[in-house]
Amino acid sequence: MVSQEPEFEAALPRPVMRNAAGLRPSVLEEARDVAAFSHLLANLVRRDLTVRYKRSVLGFFWTMLNPLLLMIILSVVFSTVFRFAVKHFEVYFLSAYLGWTFFAQTTTGAMSSLAWNGALMKRVRVPKVIFAFSTVLSGLANLGLSCVPLFAIMFIVGAPLTPALLFLPVSFLILAVFVFGVSLGMSAAAVYFDDVAQMYGVALMGLMYLTPIFYPIEIIPQKYLWLIRLNPLVYLFELARAPIYKGCMPSLHDVVISAACAVVAMVVGTTVFRRLAPGFYRHL
Amino acid sequence: MTTSPAIEFCNVTMRYRLPDRRIPTLKEWAIQRLTAKLRYNDFLALQDVTFTADGGETLGIIGANGAGKSTLLRVAAGILAPSAGEAVVRGRVAPIIELGTGFDPELSGRENIFFNGALLGRSRAEMRRRFDEIVEFSALANFIDMPLRTYSTGMVARLAFSVATTVDADIYLLDEVLSVGDESFGMRCQERIERFRRDGGTILLVSHNLPTVERLCRQALWLHEGRVMARGPAPEVVGQYHAGAFSPSFAGRFEGG
Repeated sequence: MVSQEPEFEAALPRPVMRNAAGLRPSVLEEARDVAAFSHLLANLVRRDLTVRYKRSVLGFFWTMLNPLLLMIILSVVFSTVFRFAVKHFEVYFLSAYLGWTFFAQTTTGAMSSLAWNGALMKRVRVPKVIFAFSTVLSGLANLGLSCVPLFAIMFIVGAPLTPALLFLPVSFLILAVFVFGVSLGMSAAAVYFDDVAQMYGVALMGLMYLTPIFYPIEIIPQKYLWLIRLNPLVYLFELARAPIYKGCMPSLHDVVISAACAVVAMVVGTTVFRRLAPGFYRHL
Repeated sequence: MTTSPAIEFCNVTMRYRLPDRRIPTLKEWAIQRLTAKLRYNDFLALQDVTFTADGGETLGIIGANGAGKSTLLRVAAGILAPSAGEAVVRGRVAPIIELGTGFDPELSGRENIFFNGALLGRSRAEMRRRFDEIVEFSALANFIDMPLRTYSTGMVARLAFSVATTVDADIYLLDEVLSVGDESFGMRCQERIERFRRDGGTILLVSHNLPTVERLCRQALWLHEGRVMARGPAPEVVGQYHAGAFSPSFAGRFEGG
């Protein structure tokens, strides 16, 4: 809808904005637009992180404490009550749970972020994708931070810390691309319909149980295994679980499937978002 | 050398396509879609609007509620894409469509200044350069590191106005900003507008306050139901608006100016 090109007159560059009917910026132009608003992006991420940590008494350590407490509860529940025969259950659980938290919090956060900033988008011209993007970036920062207590727990329970852990940034990056795609699509849909956010909450709950996060995949009966295999999160979480829990690189098979899922999510999410974005003003 | 106008609207039409009733949920939408009961109404907020504003010009935009004034500003700011036609804007734009847009109550006054600057596409370095000026104009130096939720409404308005008007811009889009706040605040706003003018800024000023428009703007544009009714020297256009708006043929369609 808006293209900006620098025009040089006299000494100062005067940007020229052409706002014409049917003028849709390409994906590349939109990416450039986001880059031009990098200050806003930095501010949004900083606000996300500082507001979250400043307000709680334990501050920044809350991120660390939260998975720690959860780990204690869940390892008691699952290793004593359900008796899954999983060695280092805490590590097994956390290796996927951190990714799950990132996925669930970011996609939900992106939906509310776009809705909350609706008033803003009516009053200043900002790239609309920037809200989902900043939510993914701050989610990624939180994910990185929560690795600190994870490594501490691994050290305490005596799980091996191997060089394969160096693969984690790649795992998280692929997951982040997937999460960004889902966030774009879901946040755009949530602007149009009030019930999307509620339905998504229920869907998330179901999806969590369909993903081997706190149970070993082996407990799934053979005949339902295909259902689990349709879930992209299984492969995406395996990218982190292999280096963290198994101490080895993920298989090429898993990496390729995960990357493909991430690309598909991005393409679908971007398409949905670009399709719906021109109508946001009617709903916000 | 001829300079091209700062703002150029060429046959800009803004069509809102609204369903005949609001469909809040996906479930309902699916039902409506299947039963094909959904009908859309077209609403033209702007119809074939053509005008130019030269660099350094202060153009007042007048008209009744719902005449399309705010829509026009939003198209000029690039917030809304026109349904037909084209708008070209040459220069850095500071849209001041509502004071306090994007303020976060949890952040301090200082942090909000930088955040607001970023919303307008200004860098941290640029905001740092202008920071003292903003704080001084707002007269909030003692409170600048306190969270915004501790501010009074008047303090928030003061800070918002200072930030909005202290960024470097070539074009200012002002929507009713003169009508908020008390008298002394209004005076400060007008002083600022005078300064933009002296600095050669182009201003689009939307206001219901006709004396203000006549005082601040040499030129004015009258919008009625999305159409340009008149464009010319402010006193003339205001006169025409008065004559037109309150003539019997318009009665009932206007809520007053």
